[in-house]
Amino acid sequence: MAVFSGHNIDCVRGERQVLSGATFSLESGAALVLRGANGSGKSTLLRLMAGLMRPVAGAITWDGEDIADDPHEHNRRIAYIGHADAVKPALSVTENVSFWSELSGAGGMRATEALTALGIGHLADLPARYLSAGQRRRVTLTRMLTSGAPLWLLDEPTTALDQDTSDALRGLIDRHLASGGMAVISTHTDLGLASSGLLTLGAAS
Amino acid sequence: MNAVSVLFRREMRLAMRQSADSVMVIAFFVIAVVLFPFGVGPEPNMLARIGPGVIWVAALLAAMLSMDRMFMGDYEDGSLELLVLSPVALEFVVLVKVLAHWLTTGLPLIVTAPLLFVMMNVPTEIWPVLLMTLLLGTPVLSLLGSVGAALVLGARRGGVLLSLLVLPLLIPVLIFAVGSGDAVLYGTGAKANLMLLGGVLLGSLALTPWAAAQALREAVA
Amino acid sequence: MLHYFANPTRFQRLSRRIEPWLLVAMILCFAFGLYFALFSSPVDYQQGHTVRIMYIHVPAAWMALFCYTAMAVAAAVAMIWKHALADVAAKATAPIGAVFTFLALVTGSLWGKPMWGTWWVWDARLTSVLVLFFLYLGYMALRDAFDEPGRGARASAILVLVGFVNVPIIKFSVDWWNTLHQPSSVLRMDGPTIHPDMLTPLFLMAAAFQLYYFWLVLVRIRRELMANRTRALRHRQAAA
Repeated sequence: MAVFSGHNIDCVRGERQVLSGATFSLESGAALVLRGANGSGKSTLLRLMAGLMRPVAGAITWDGEDIADDPHEHNRRIAYIGHADAVKPALSVTENVSFWSELSGAGGMRATEALTALGIGHLADLPARYLSAGQRRRVTLTRMLTSGAPLWLLDEPTTALDQDTSDALRGLIDRHLASGGMAVISTHTDLGLASSGLLTLGAAS
Repeated sequence: MNAVSVLFRREMRLAMRQSADSVMVIAFFVIAVVLFPFGVGPEPNMLARIGPGVIWVAALLAAMLSMDRMFMGDYEDGSLELLVLSPVALEFVVLVKVLAHWLTTGLPLIVTAPLLFVMMNVPTEIWPVLLMTLLLGTPVLSLLGSVGAALVLGARRGGVLLSLLVLPLLIPVLIFAVGSGDAVLYGTGAKANLMLLGGVLLGSLALTPWAAAQALREAVA
Repeated sequence: MLHYFANPTRFQRLSRRIEPWLLVAMILCFAFGLYFALFSSPVDYQQGHTVRIMYIHVPAAWMALFCYTAMAVAAAVAMIWKHALADVAAKATAPIGAVFTFLALVTGSLWGKPMWGTWWVWDARLTSVLVLFFLYLGYMALRDAFDEPGRGARASAILVLVGFVNVPIIKFSVDWWNTLHQPSSVLRMDGPTIHPDMLTPLFLMAAAFQLYYFWLVLVRIRRELMANRTRALRHRQAAA
């Protein structure tokens, strides 16, 4: 059983202290929901967890090993969904989805399965420039399904999603957790996950 | 290696579907060169004298024009973060991008060059060596350009800034390339120039992916 | 030891103590150097009084290279060991180096008029210095182009290192391209070939320039550190 944790993490963004002393821990099958006002450091914490940034102090570890020690190994473990959609308008939906899944080379869901799971299977051949914001978001979310990664890092995954899709997303996350996965989710709305811890980030002092 | 080829295919597919970009670079290249006879007069010997230099300078500027797009799209839509997190080493991502950039700008420039040789009255005996310099030199433009393009991500006035950063570093390429043509005309042979150009190419091939990758990591951090 | 002085507060205290001495030494060097350079050194048998431009031109060109090297070293230290002070030093050095480079170009051009009969000659060394000037401009422009200062600092550190690797190649290529300039006459394997009476003012002026650099860079670093502190306080104000 894997443990993903962070201890006393400080982070400075620009010249502003965004996080100070953030601490968390989660095990296989558990989710962590990040709450807090705008600018409280939710996105920053997720980026730290992904390894895009390094904390100024404190460490983030996977099974006791600092993730910075072997970034390549950590990259394999995570599926990171940021604010930006990373969808290329010039490529078709399937091309967009299968590019990222083939690039990571991991054995998650196939592109068509993932699209169906998120309810956009019928859009597969459409060039992505015709998608609405919500549809683009769903294309982005397929990455967590195709990656087969145990740790999902989701930054505001429900942005631009309607209620039905949010429910479908909750179902997918619950299934991921039930099969031993982990998820860290920053959100403004209550997703109502079956088993999740809560980390409330305040404005850093 | 499979991931690298996946990335390469995606880059080429994107470039093909936005092929107007490449066409614009070529159009700029041709127009920039064509302006010179208007500026300095149509005297054939004069054009022959300045032709190789003018064509090379225009190629530099045309390559610069397309350079800031190398990572810009991926930076703006969040793909760059994911590429940093992908299992492919970032240095290889840079190399793939450089290769795609060269195939979509450097290579078309080389293909267009003979047309401009004709228009600038460049003596035919130096055509092969000039083409050779373009073949060795344009990849250096893409390589050094990748460092500049990575450095200016998120900067104000990125495009102009990029030229200011990269063009001074490309002066050796220009010198060795244009020198090759002169060397053939003076009868000393272009071997030394071409070797130096090749050396610059190998050196940049070894060093620039590292610098560009470092700059990309900073850009997404 | 590096760590010891890398502490900003300690650095400020130390530099405040050193600055007056540097200032005094610099003024002395300038006074003697200028006296020797302008009055008490021989007139060149070919160049006449114009040779006196050399006492500004040559040290300025040396400083142009020195400052770029210092920047590259500071940038490398800032990148590898993440020393904030090294980064501030690189930032503080850039404009000084650019001014020395500009001075070398202007005096070179002034020297060129009587020597070559024209203000600008595409001679190899003048051209190399011109390219160096562009490298300085690029560094400062990149450093300044970001809203977040830290990003500009890290990007420009990479740039200055890439530039540093390139400087010898540029120098070599420009030499290859054109060698009109007289051959190097001070730094030669078989010893200097210029008159010893000219060397005294030359080295005095070089020392003065060097001291001027160290004095100014300390003042600028201190100013920069204070500006950083002001910014930090402003951020705290915004957060409160």
